[in-house]
Amino acid sequence: MIPAGRQVAGEVCNECLVGLGVERIRQDFPALQVKVHGKPLVYLDNAATSQKPQVVIDRITRYYLSENSNIHRGVHFLSDLATQAYESTRDRLRQFLNAAHDREIIFTRGTTEGINLVAHSFGRSRVRAGDEIVISAMEHHSNIVPWQILCEEKGATLRVIPINDAGELLLEEYERLLCDRTRLVAVTYVSNALGTVNPVKPMIATAHRRGIPVLVDGAQAAPHLAVDVQDLDCDFYAFSGHKLYGPTGIGILYGKADLLESMPPYQGGGDMISAVTFERTLYNSLPYKFEAGTPHIAGVIGLGAAIEYVQRIGLPRIAAYEADLLAYGTELLSAIPGLRIIGTAREKASVLSFVLDGIHAHDTGTILDHEGIAIRAGHHCAMPVMKRFGVPATARASLAFYNTREELEALAKGLHKVIEVFA
Amino acid sequence: MSDLSDLYQQVILDHYKRPRNFRRLDEANRKAEGHNPLCGDEITVYLHLDGDVIKDISFEGAGCAISKASASMMTAALKGRTRGEAETLFEKFHEMVTGRRDGTADPAGLGKLEVFCGVSEFPVRVKCASLAWHTLRAALEGSGERVSTE
Repeated sequence: MIPAGRQVAGEVCNECLVGLGVERIRQDFPALQVKVHGKPLVYLDNAATSQKPQVVIDRITRYYLSENSNIHRGVHFLSDLATQAYESTRDRLRQFLNAAHDREIIFTRGTTEGINLVAHSFGRSRVRAGDEIVISAMEHHSNIVPWQILCEEKGATLRVIPINDAGELLLEEYERLLCDRTRLVAVTYVSNALGTVNPVKPMIATAHRRGIPVLVDGAQAAPHLAVDVQDLDCDFYAFSGHKLYGPTGIGILYGKADLLESMPPYQGGGDMISAVTFERTLYNSLPYKFEAGTPHIAGVIGLGAAIEYVQRIGLPRIAAYEADLLAYGTELLSAIPGLRIIGTAREKASVLSFVLDGIHAHDTGTILDHEGIAIRAGHHCAMPVMKRFGVPATARASLAFYNTREELEALAKGLHKVIEVFA
Repeated sequence: MSDLSDLYQQVILDHYKRPRNFRRLDEANRKAEGHNPLCGDEITVYLHLDGDVIKDISFEGAGCAISKASASMMTAALKGRTRGEAETLFEKFHEMVTGRRDGTADPAGLGKLEVFCGVSEFPVRVKCASLAWHTLRAALEGSGERVSTE
């Protein structure tokens, strides 16, 4: 089933992580050993999705090999086993976020579904004509479109916090936007297109002084920053497992219990009910009220293994290592003639978004790919950000703790090659 | 994996840096807009159709080297051609860049457009090469709708 050697490798790695022994860590990620066009893969597309450590792959395999069963239904052995694995992951997530209660952790398909859940359930029941929702100019489409749909349906208005040329929110403008018609603030913690880390804690405090709840899009923050939802005091926090070294198709929505209790269900189906007749349905208690249908059980269990892996290394150490990488990458890229970094906020995490004079990001991406270097080229699902900076697209290198200084040097070398092709 | 120079041939780079017929066409009687959401390429193709003949053709927009060079070379190839000839050329061009050339289309007719044959080795770039042509077709059909390669 699971090769013993791999388990041991995981343990050894745990001991050697002082100073983040990155070469040992890289051994934990099979996909990092792949050759691309005959060259070693330099994977710098982590903001799109991260690679998965062997322990996650093994945990999912073990579930399907020897634990597969539906949860919350059976009286039989396997169902009990699967239910325990599923629910213990919920508890691990509660610890990871420092939430007050397990029932505040809702399993979703990802950040997008978490935000849509809040837009449908909270939004539809609370927002009326003339009300306002506040988002920011650096949101991912998934934290724009659900609110646009809601506003259109309700006759409400979407207000947008502007940003400066460095890619930082204008906080005085933010304060001015809040009013007695504001029903919710929905803002990203870390921008996927710019790398900006927003001061969400004081922003939440500002909104709360007016009694306005705040949703934080944690998709890009979760892999890089340790988050304490009680300290932040956010009302909702959504993120995805696949950017946090876990499987795709699984994510978390944290919500304060009293808010979630007061919200109507998002989807109807199995598991979210406690009794059904043709006349009426009695909904299940939290968190099950928001988890209709058989969930992605293997995904939840795999995410649990990913978080255990990340916790063993420790997010503060990951953040420190990545900050060093980001500083080094910024230095290397800034030295390249004709290269402009888009997103130069004082507080940044793990994203190097840039344009090259006279060269489209897509061409940059193709030529780098030829060197085995994977970056993202395009609008990063943040078209308003591209418009704000007057570019059709950017090239984006995004970092994880398994990246190295040598890989950033390879990127810089690759970019010189790009310039050469277009010389 | 084919060589990068198969994709970024000198002729292509030249048309990217110095695109031909890169302007608004005041006497145009047909135009269409094209858009590739994947990479943010935007293009407008202008046509001056005289009966069945493309009397003049031009384009405007922003895009990657492949899409811009393709648009530039397309306009150079189509000036003075008939609508039918343009359709045939598009068909041959499309078969070439998608790597589905099977002898039904005569490659000989493509002329300078042959430089785009390297695109077939880079499947994600096929949309870049064909955006201008899809937009041209929309302009010829006069549908006036925005063309998207998605």
